[in-house]
Amino acid sequence: MVGIIGELLITSGLVVLLFIGWQLWFYDGIVGNELQQQANAQSQRWNEQAAATPSPDPSETPDPDEPSTDAPPVQAAPANAQQFGMLVVPRWGADYYRPIAQGVGVYDVLNKGELGHYPSTQMPGEVGNFAIAAHRTTKGGSLHNIHELQLGDHIYVETAAGWYLYSFRNLEYVRASGVGVLDPVPQDPSTAPSERYITLTSCNPILTSVERIIAYGVYEGFFPRDASKPGFGAPQEIAATVTGTGAA
Amino acid sequence: MYGALWRVLPGPWWVRLLILLVLLAAALAALVFWVFPWVDQFISLQEVTVDQ
Repeated sequence: MVGIIGELLITSGLVVLLFIGWQLWFYDGIVGNELQQQANAQSQRWNEQAAATPSPDPSETPDPDEPSTDAPPVQAAPANAQQFGMLVVPRWGADYYRPIAQGVGVYDVLNKGELGHYPSTQMPGEVGNFAIAAHRTTKGGSLHNIHELQLGDHIYVETAAGWYLYSFRNLEYVRASGVGVLDPVPQDPSTAPSERYITLTSCNPILTSVERIIAYGVYEGFFPRDASKPGFGAPQEIAATVTGTGAA
Repeated sequence: MYGALWRVLPGPWWVRLLILLVLLAAALAALVFWVFPWVDQFISLQEVTVDQ
């Protein structure tokens, strides 16, 4: 009897160890691939829509690598848990392509591996702060390499309308209560925004939730999705990623 | 438990070993493809948002 209990305990210990290894090193990659495929499929659908409805003002930006610096289109906030965009960060590799969904619900958004948009913050391209959160490890680890961002790194947010380009400015580390990072001007609640920011939040140190790591970026320009342009107007830097040809 | 399983299995030792390896592979596959993904959705050890 004691022998049976002992064997059961050893077996369950091994199963738990196996689960941890599976969660950290195996399932992360599987979820990441699924997310990347979702993003590619969504981009494809948006391209088909763009092809079906020609742009009313074609070739406002003749060079696809020259972003429009006019006020970009701003989409209305979608329903909770609905995907409305994708994140592309060349620093994180040509196969980094992850969907963004509305809301920061743990079970309906974040644990699916999607990046979640804080509903209290602005939408992409809107004056103010577009703030999103995602896991750093497990569940696809969509912000796994957030600490590797370097000054000036390009952060693209893709929506049906096109690609919003932000450039990375700095990292910050805050407590879980540090909601100032979500202000329209981050950490400055008394100032009305005149610029467009992006804020990424994840857990820190890696594998724990003691603190939050925050990455800030500032808006640089907009690449409209346009069926008349090569690659539907996607910036050349990320063309391979958004068409799926950069997938590893 | 595992000793009893060994004694219950038929055939010479190498047949028993083969059966055990197949059983082990089946158990691992069930864990990795069904049990672990199912358990994973309930486990959320890390918090990634502020003020949550």
